[in-house]
Amino acid sequence: MTIDLKTIKHISRLSCISLEDEKAQKLAGDLNSIFKFIEKLNELKIEDVEPLTSIAETTLKFRTDEVKSDNIREKILKNSPSDNEDFFVVPKVVE
Amino acid sequence: MSEITSLTLTELVKNIKEKKLSSTEITKAFVERSQKSKELNTYITEDFSSAIEKAKKFDDKPNFDLKLPGIPIAVKDLFCTNGVRTTAGSKILNNFIPTYESTVTQNIWQQGAILLGKLNCDEFAMGSSNETSFFGNVQNPIDKNLVPGGSSGGSASALAANLTPVTIGTDTGGSIRQPASFTGTVGLKPTYGSCSRYGIVAFASSLDQAGPMSKNVKDCALLLEVMSSYDKKDSTSIDFNRSKYSLELNNNIKGKKIGIPKEYRVDDMPIEIEELWKKGIEHVKECGAELVDISLPHTNYALPTYYIVAPAEASSNLARYDGVKYGFRSHGENLIDMYEKTRSEGFGDEVKRRIMIGTYVLSSGYYDAYYLKAQKVRRLIKKDFDVVFNQVDAILTPSTPSSAFKIGEKTNDPISMYLNDIFTVPINLAGLPGISIPAGLDKNDYPLGLQIIGKAFDEQNILNIAYSIEEKINFKNKITDWWIK
Repeated sequence: MTIDLKTIKHISRLSCISLEDEKAQKLAGDLNSIFKFIEKLNELKIEDVEPLTSIAETTLKFRTDEVKSDNIREKILKNSPSDNEDFFVVPKVVE
Repeated sequence: MSEITSLTLTELVKNIKEKKLSSTEITKAFVERSQKSKELNTYITEDFSSAIEKAKKFDDKPNFDLKLPGIPIAVKDLFCTNGVRTTAGSKILNNFIPTYESTVTQNIWQQGAILLGKLNCDEFAMGSSNETSFFGNVQNPIDKNLVPGGSSGGSASALAANLTPVTIGTDTGGSIRQPASFTGTVGLKPTYGSCSRYGIVAFASSLDQAGPMSKNVKDCALLLEVMSSYDKKDSTSIDFNRSKYSLELNNNIKGKKIGIPKEYRVDDMPIEIEELWKKGIEHVKECGAELVDISLPHTNYALPTYYIVAPAEASSNLARYDGVKYGFRSHGENLIDMYEKTRSEGFGDEVKRRIMIGTYVLSSGYYDAYYLKAQKVRRLIKKDFDVVFNQVDAILTPSTPSSAFKIGEKTNDPISMYLNDIFTVPINLAGLPGISIPAGLDKNDYPLGLQIIGKAFDEQNILNIAYSIEEKINFKNKITDWWIK
């Protein structure tokens, strides 16, 4: 299987990373060699193997549902690239 | 007394407790040496004046009951530090100043340590040579234009160059052990769940672990003891009975069974590494341990599995960098355009490559073929270790398939870069602890490391084995201070 330019454009869209054509071409090459390397996994018979989703394999602990009301608005907005004191500001979404 | 900056952590603590040295003297010594060592490019953010102030405060009101009393420590720039810029080596976090502290760094400050600064690393810890950092390459103090390894390259370099007495790194596929091996230092990746991940910039959440890096095994045990804790803020933190690693450290490994996996004898491995491994085997034998030939049949599938699992988790973790809440933002015509430009300009090439791989393997129609398959193979890799650990107490392998390479040597070939982690990646996939210790020099006098892998939560055992090998080897790094004019 090879990853063509069309697929690269599709992944770029999904990842929200814009790509110039020249870079897309190089990336297609890189990804193809990486996926060729990954294809080694096809040698294994794994139909009956349970997937390993978490290495710790413990059940998550419960905690009490407590209301905490810290006033952290300032902290949260401190690093924002753009805000108007109370909110994050983004380019206009609705006309 | 020898120069302050060449003392080990244990020696510094002893000197402070016996009032032979003050925290201010020690901190100033490390600051001065760091200032003379800018060519190594180990620091992303220096916090020197604040460190000296904190040291003076400590000396005014010293508390000698602490485990790291007034000891200055520089840390990898992947740990969020309250009020001190944290970049993860990325342009996208270039201006990010956390308003909270990571649990691991909080643990070390609570025991009296003082932040010296934030150390360079591969961007989002994605790399094996520190060459993907937005803040530039790091020089290995061993030789000019040599990579220090990665991703904790700045940490390893600063430690080997005596700019910090110990340091902390993170390890997702070898990012502590490989740079430790490349710089002649000790690095330990703890069992998954031992050190809290709270406040560490996430790369691949099911693999990431923080761990200590040091000049010797004793320092490593002490730092791990301070770093490791159960933390409610990390849902994968594990509540187990933690050993007092430094107090229980001993070199009695008589009767321990140590496995030698045949699959780690890879093609075209340099003869020097083969020799080093043999030497290590002889050493543990002399200490009274018993060697057992073992097999970990799925070893060769670990890297392909890792390059599905890690990018998949990374693509999800890094979705948060959208230019809205914090970090770098680019200008866009509309919201989507802003997202796409921000991420395109804010991330470097390796990070983008991995996000793309991760997005692809998780995308509709490919999930079963890649991600699910990788999770199944991950189970097989873990089973290999489960079976073997019924017969042996620990496993001894080389840390890396080669010594450090030149800057630029592998940047154009991602696969050859990835192959660096062939001996370290399986341990992350299985969630086990592993330690790399310096064990010899190659023909260029570049350090080589040996790795000891343990059962889950059995850090004490691998520390003890490392301690006894260290005693036998008596390794000395050859560092000439070439960067100091």
